[in-house]
Amino acid sequence: MTDTHFPSSIEALRLLREDPNRVGHRGHVLSSPIPGTGHGRTGPANKRIVVGYGFWIFLLSDIVMFSCFFATYAVLQGGTAGGPDIRQIVELPRVEWETACLLASSFTCGLSFAATNARNVLWTQVFLVITGLLGLAFVLLEAQEFAGLVSQGITPQRSGFLTAFFSLVGCHGLHVTAGLLWLGTMLAQVQVKGFRREIIHRLICFNLFWHALDIIWVGIFTIVYLLGYVA
Amino acid sequence: MSDVHSNMHMSAASGRVDRAPGDDPEDNPGHWIRSYIIGLCLATALTITSFVAAAAHLIWDPALPVALIVLAIAQMGIHLVFFLHVTTGPDNTNNVLALAFGVMVVALVVLGSIWIMGHLSHNMMPADQLMQMQM
Repeated sequence: MTDTHFPSSIEALRLLREDPNRVGHRGHVLSSPIPGTGHGRTGPANKRIVVGYGFWIFLLSDIVMFSCFFATYAVLQGGTAGGPDIRQIVELPRVEWETACLLASSFTCGLSFAATNARNVLWTQVFLVITGLLGLAFVLLEAQEFAGLVSQGITPQRSGFLTAFFSLVGCHGLHVTAGLLWLGTMLAQVQVKGFRREIIHRLICFNLFWHALDIIWVGIFTIVYLLGYVA
Repeated sequence: MSDVHSNMHMSAASGRVDRAPGDDPEDNPGHWIRSYIIGLCLATALTITSFVAAAAHLIWDPALPVALIVLAIAQMGIHLVFFLHVTTGPDNTNNVLALAFGVMVVALVVLGSIWIMGHLSHNMMPADQLMQMQM
């Protein structure tokens, strides 16, 4: 807006000329210049909300992809081709540790974002590092599990059930690994660039990503491990 | 300039500005930490319940799978509310609608696959087994 006050009709014409498609953060109707509510009366919501919402859509599509792996697992669960079934694979103590690591890391990730909101670099970094270490512990536990299975000849090629098992659990493991790489990048960016606006947007997205991984893990430990254990 | 700002505050107060999940720019960190602690406690309780129920046979065995699935869905709800801050408020309409669509697709994919493939494998049963069933 300008500091000098033109008659409102001139002001409206100026807005229309400068922003014909209402892509800016203001409407053409001067009586209600609501900046970016995202409800269709004005331009798009501010970037922080657009970025977070867009990433939320991505996460939902990622969850849809995981649902395909879950469906495959449910269908192929009985297809052991004479090989080992899920009950011979489950090690409950290991799954307990994995779950504890991931849940605790989700919590510390949230605390790191609370520190970001308070613009505190030190605590943001400390909690991000703890999140990363817990995530690393999770990935190592899972890698150890897979290595142990492979050394017993229990590989994805053995049966349809094992293909589904390794792809579902392994895909989640890959997501956590990718999250760890992202986390390392964020540590460096927060340190070097500080809390610039786009860095905070990335931290919001990372926080969402990490929580979504934990939600998917809840599905995996219930459907694959616990239901397999009691089957 | 000033009326734009006052409007921004008004619209924020009346909940007309949207919020993205996991984000709450105007809030103080204390609110966040409290919400995360509540979420952690509830999620831990549900997780421990799941593992104990599965390992200790505390629940009638045929009901166990349903109980475990209900516990898992409850825990996903806890994560959504306390970690991702998805609420039913007017500022969250878009988030909840997207989530509802996602849940619908997930349900179609999972339940549909189990249903169809179950029938398929029943119909593809080896001939001798099918004969036995008909007798």
